Amino acid sequence: MRTAESAQLIDVTGLEVLFGVLHERGYTIVGPTVRDGTVTMAELDSATQLPWGWSADTGPGHYRLRQRADGAGFAHCAGPQSVKNFLHPPRARLWSTDRTADGIIATGPEPPTKRYALVGVHPCDVAALAVLDRVLAHGEHPDPVYTARRDGVLVVTAECTEPGATCFCASMGTGPAATGGYDLALTELVDGGHRFLIRPGSPAGADLLARLPTRPASPVDVAAADTAVERAAVTMPRRMPDGSLPELIAANRESPHWADVASRCLTCGNCTMACPTCFCVSTTDVTDLTGEHTERWRQWDSCFSVDFSYVHGGPVRASGASRYRQWISHKLGTWHEQFGMSGCVGCGRCIAWCPAGIDITREAAALAAPTPAGEPS
Amino acid sequence: MTAATISGVIPLPYRVAGRREDTADTVTLELDRDGEGLPEFGPGQFAMLTAYGIGEVPISVSGSRGTRLIHTIRAVGAVTRALCATRSGDVIGVRGPFGTRWDVGAAAGHDVLVVAGGIGLAPLRPVVECLLADRRAYGHVAVLIGARRPGELLYPGDLRRWAAHVRVDVIVDRAEPGWRGRVGLVTGLIPAAGVDAGRAVAYVCGPEVMMRATARALVDRGVQAERVWLSLERAMRCGAGWCGHCQLGPLLICRDGPVVGYPVAEPLLTVREL
Ligand SMILES: Cc1cc2nc3c(=O)[nH]c(=O)nc-3n(C[C@H](O)[C@H](O)[C@H](O)COP(=O)(O)OP(=O)(O)OC[C@H]3O[C@@H](n4cnc5c(N)ncnc54)[C@H](O)[C@@H]3O)c2cc1C
Ligand code: SF4
Ligand code: SF4
Ligand code: FES
Repeated sequence: MRTAESAQLIDVTGLEVLFGVLHERGYTIVGPTVRDGTVTMAELDSATQLPWGWSADTGPGHYRLRQRADGAGFAHCAGPQSVKNFLHPPRARLWSTDRTADGIIATGPEPPTKRYALVGVHPCDVAALAVLDRVLAHGEHPDPVYTARRDGVLVVTAECTEPGATCFCASMGTGPAATGGYDLALTELVDGGHRFLIRPGSPAGADLLARLPTRPASPVDVAAADTAVERAAVTMPRRMPDGSLPELIAANRESPHWADVASRCLTCGNCTMACPTCFCVSTTDVTDLTGEHTERWRQWDSCFSVDFSYVHGGPVRASGASRYRQWISHKLGTWHEQFGMSGCVGCGRCIAWCPAGIDITREAAALAAPTPAGEPS
Repeated sequence: MTAATISGVIPLPYRVAGRREDTADTVTLELDRDGEGLPEFGPGQFAMLTAYGIGEVPISVSGSRGTRLIHTIRAVGAVTRALCATRSGDVIGVRGPFGTRWDVGAAAGHDVLVVAGGIGLAPLRPVVECLLADRRAYGHVAVLIGARRPGELLYPGDLRRWAAHVRVDVIVDRAEPGWRGRVGLVTGLIPAAGVDAGRAVAYVCGPEVMMRATARALVDRGVQAERVWLSLERAMRCGAGWCGHCQLGPLLICRDGPVVGYPVAEPLLTVREL
């Protein structure tokens, strides 16, 4: 809660102090920055590298940076990748083995050399982190690559005050306000002086906050922050249809709508690569020429590839329709049964980065209210 | 490195201690571990077997003797071919145990039908051994086996031993010279199996079409759907719940299966390309 009693403010220069303290404590800072025409998560040396004065205009199959006059640093919506790239890397070695006189000696995944502080992560992506935690860390067999990187990560979230046109976190209950999963939460205020409301979400966050040059926030500041976040929620243009999405999905396993999506979907898999919760991987074993040294690597995979469902004899999901159905059904429906939560946090990445402009909210709406066959949906 | 991490990700080296060629393309391997092995595998559970440098595949336990693991593997591709080609003394990697079990104990007091198609007999062999180990706890037991050709019949020695205690019926898709048994689909054996459908529990494993047909035939004859169990197959890269490949609708087959009750499986298996 942004309550008046505990609320404190820091200025833009305070963020540089935060960077300093985090570096002093040995963290590698990952945060948003402008790179390759996008706001991308990257390792940052200084708070000056944050995307000050940049927003992104997004739409189905559309993403363009836009400069803004107010200099805001966290007024951008989700870019092409997420913190998934750092905690669940696109490629990782699971183990290597060497055949010696004593038998086969195995070495596990390399321990991470960096401990990350994730700074300026929006609440939808903090929610995505909780999804990855549930899938990769809280099952019966935790994924050692993820858990080793995830342990000890510090999260500084930036509440969302400027949602993009592709965002729908409000209807997924994952934003724009920060409600948990963070150590520190920032709410950016640009009117009447550039400043950030800052509040701790954990003992580690409180400890950090004590090291920062803060001043008390006035009730006016708190009200301004509340208004900014509430406005973000109500102005968010996209939303998921009302009602239970898992029930909607289960009722539509044989919907003719899948063929309609398939006529547009290129099965390129971009949506799964950009999605902050898509976790699927495959493995590849390699060996050196002697055969004495072998390694198993794993890399991100996508349910859009034909090989993904390959069993002896052929792929289970050969048609594009079945692969799109698998993706959206997993995200919105079966993820609940598998992991007790939604696989979609409403970040809108899959909409912006789909070359065909396919929009998960529109497809869900079409399933909820199917158009008669033949009519354009 | 904790044991959980090892079973989850790093294969444990096991030595091929015994090897038997069952058919032209199927081999049974007995695997021994020098030193601490994996936790005990239950009937129906599977291991991820690694042919070092080639790859890793899910293979059910087809038996165990103490800490020794027994797997029956049909060579259909690169990894299974490499596993089948191992010689006594070779080392392969093992992870597990993964997945759900056949709950044989729940069949106590019931008639039992074990229905296998092809390599599907391998994961069912521990079921039959469990039934025989406590034979009097169960009513009438029938083991119905379908094979493509007589030459592809698995475990002929076991079948003779089992037949002394339970009914064992075999049928083949295509006869060969000398075959005097039945020809047709395994579902054709159900009517004469002699079990009381109303009190029967069934364990079924084989190709998906065979399981669909068998389960439906059993339910049509009066076996309660809740008492019909299938072992499902999907692509698997981890066995441990984090690769995403083995999904079938709401199920992760490596975690919620492979052994699944028919009421859960039926609505999923009838949807094409799910
Ligand atoms: C729970 C479970 C238990 C099983 N138990 C047994 C058993 O007891 N005995 C038995 O014999 N079999 C069993 N199987 C089946 C066995 O796992 C497969 O036969 C085996 O995976 C085949 O692997 P392969 O590499 O030899 O053959 P392939 O069919 O060539 O390859 C299988 C795997 O390799 C990859 N692959 C190979 N070719 C391609 C391609 N062209 N495109 C994309 N990917 C490719 C895929 O990941 C695929 O899943 C079981 C399967 C499951 C799920
Ligand atoms: S499915 Fe789309 S909107 Fe949902 S979390 Fe993934 S990328 Fe974001
Ligand atoms: S929905 Fe769009 S991004 Fe996803 S696979 Fe289809 S074309 Fe590619
Ligand atoms: S085999 Fe990897 S999730 Fe089931």
